[in-house]
Amino acid sequence: MSWVLLAEQLLNGFTLGLILFLLCAGLTLVFGIMDLVNLAHGSLYMMGAYFCATFTAMTGSFLYAVPLALAATFVLGLIVEVIVLRNLYTRDHLDQVMATFGLILIFNEGVRQIWGADGEVIPLPAFLDSNFELVFGIVYPTYRLLIICVGLLVALGLYVLVTHTRVGMLIRGGASNREMLSALGINVKQLFTLIFGLGAALAGLAGLMAGPIEQATIGMGERILILAFVVIVIGGIGSIRGSFIAAILVGVIDTMGRSFLEDFLSLVMPANYAETAGPALSSMSIYIVMAAVLAIRPQGLFPPRTG
Amino acid sequence: MEIRCDSMMGDDSYRDNVVSRRSGAIEPSQGGINMKTRAIALVSAMALLSSPAWAAEDTVKIGFVTTITTPAGVIGKDMVDAVNIAVDHLGGKMGDKSIELIVEDDQFKPDIGKQATEKLIKEDDVDFVTGYIWSHVLLASAKPVIDSGKFLISSNAGPSQLAGKQCDENFFSTSWQNDQTPMAMGEVLNQRGVKSLYVIAPNYAAGKNMVSGVERTFKGEIAGKDMTKWPDQIDFSAELAKARASNADGIFIFFPGKHGGAFIKQYQQAGLDKEIPLYTVFTVDSLSLPKFQEGNLEGVLGSFTTSYWSPDLDTPQNKKFVNDFKAKHGRYPSHYAAQSYDTIMLIDSAVRAVDGDTNNIGGLRAAMEKADYPSLRGKYAYGNNHFPIQNFYLREVVKDDSGDWTSKIVSTVYKDHQDVYAVECKLD
Repeated sequence: MSWVLLAEQLLNGFTLGLILFLLCAGLTLVFGIMDLVNLAHGSLYMMGAYFCATFTAMTGSFLYAVPLALAATFVLGLIVEVIVLRNLYTRDHLDQVMATFGLILIFNEGVRQIWGADGEVIPLPAFLDSNFELVFGIVYPTYRLLIICVGLLVALGLYVLVTHTRVGMLIRGGASNREMLSALGINVKQLFTLIFGLGAALAGLAGLMAGPIEQATIGMGERILILAFVVIVIGGIGSIRGSFIAAILVGVIDTMGRSFLEDFLSLVMPANYAETAGPALSSMSIYIVMAAVLAIRPQGLFPPRTG
Repeated sequence: MEIRCDSMMGDDSYRDNVVSRRSGAIEPSQGGINMKTRAIALVSAMALLSSPAWAAEDTVKIGFVTTITTPAGVIGKDMVDAVNIAVDHLGGKMGDKSIELIVEDDQFKPDIGKQATEKLIKEDDVDFVTGYIWSHVLLASAKPVIDSGKFLISSNAGPSQLAGKQCDENFFSTSWQNDQTPMAMGEVLNQRGVKSLYVIAPNYAAGKNMVSGVERTFKGEIAGKDMTKWPDQIDFSAELAKARASNADGIFIFFPGKHGGAFIKQYQQAGLDKEIPLYTVFTVDSLSLPKFQEGNLEGVLGSFTTSYWSPDLDTPQNKKFVNDFKAKHGRYPSHYAAQSYDTIMLIDSAVRAVDGDTNNIGGLRAAMEKADYPSLRGKYAYGNNHFPIQNFYLREVVKDDSGDWTSKIVSTVYKDHQDVYAVECKLD
């Protein structure tokens, strides 16, 4: 194992972690503040990627498509909240799971009707679709560096928004005591719609950032949504700080497990066993971490300070 | 073709509708459920209930299990399109029996594939169960078919188990055994002087066969190997970084469907296309090439793959098939399509050999063992395990006359090659 490889794998872990964070930030806000289990969050992730593919084809550039796709997922989020989810806040979690699972089916079938089953390619501009040498011979794809930068900027932006602005104060207020907030004359309904729109846009951002690496495909959201739930359980439900740290942790553990677990195992067991056990264990690794967190600290590593 | 009420459709999508009619499956080329089709499906389903004997006498019932939903549905669509062309070429009839086709969706999942298979056996009582893209789906579905005494014909998957110890007299393949194509690639790598190889493949039945295949013939050193989580993992950055660090002479991959597209894109984004050449099996095909072209992945042009078939393979029936397919669908057929076409033609040869007596299982089997039909790949023989003994070619990705990306045959790697598991099969 060389240091260059280790550094490269750390960067890969960060990339995955930051995409997960973008998805989790919205999910944890909605889950933690509005107490809504939204399985359709992954669908918004998928829609971000599909919107981006369409706008890229229309405008001819990924860079123009990004703000358009963000705006589109934001609006879509508002629509979904007003039509469907608003009616679910007071229902129990099972109803919410049922309804939002239905939304997944509707979104998947809708995408199939509009875009077809075979997925959409999102072409990148040439300067992003390349790679460059960072330091000490670490060659890294430009686009993945962009993901890291965007993820960190969004994290910073959310931190400032939540802790240093009036909107953030209202969000925190809504989380601690919904009734008191509305008694003080704040339109909580409107606030929740706005938060949901923000979460949707973040999910859309995650999807459109992931799109050029894979492809916009049906079901891309469900695959990553499971990881996202793992992240918010580890991080503490409702905590943006927790989901940031947990997302990076999950990204790095998952990548490192895939990269090095087999080599480590082969030190303690015959190579052919390690070859079988390595991939199996590495795909379990983050769930093992989640189980450990649930056993030792069920509220998550960084639960929100409320109450 | 067994047709009822079909004249009501009156549009050129009628074949597709016929295919999806009984199963209620959603036909991808139609972009979804056609309500009229649904209504007709109900009517004809009722007609069947009221007169099952009538249907059984006049038709050859073929069940076709493939992936219709999920992004892998693109593969299933290619297969169903090819089956429809085969039915067209046969004029809708096998001898004097009409063809009744029932398409089922496995949703890319072994459990769903098995359920669909059991439905075809018990509820539809088909004569032939065919299709199957995925080895893990086929392995889960094989037992119910074999226990029922019906014929099972794989149009793609070729897991080692069914070629070896679990072979059965009623199982046939119109494709290949999984190990064969990568074995041919291993020979190509030796010829090209590749000394060390980094291997990346998904961690499921077919992926394991592909890896053991290339390892069997490749004489150089395996510099590293990664088995990725299937089908969940689509980001290969960790594997690509390891491949780069290994300084291997070549990277061998097997990633069917959209995973291949994602892999090659990331391979190019990482700049590895300038460092380590890529050798693929079942990754660069007629389904992925248009996507590569759309995404400007020029690195794919000139890359090599091995296969038993190619769109430019020079047999009269292949030319006719490729031309008709392109005329109807505006794209090249894939090997999945070619094998599915062959499946229908193999059944046709057997049904005609027994004069339409589909209860004559022994006669049908003996006829199929002869492989006496115009296969797109040309004449081949069946081994004792009912896998084809056939040629394998080296293919290169090129631009055709109209600028579309396709592949052409460069050389023959194996002549009349038989899979290695045939010796473990008890049949003779």
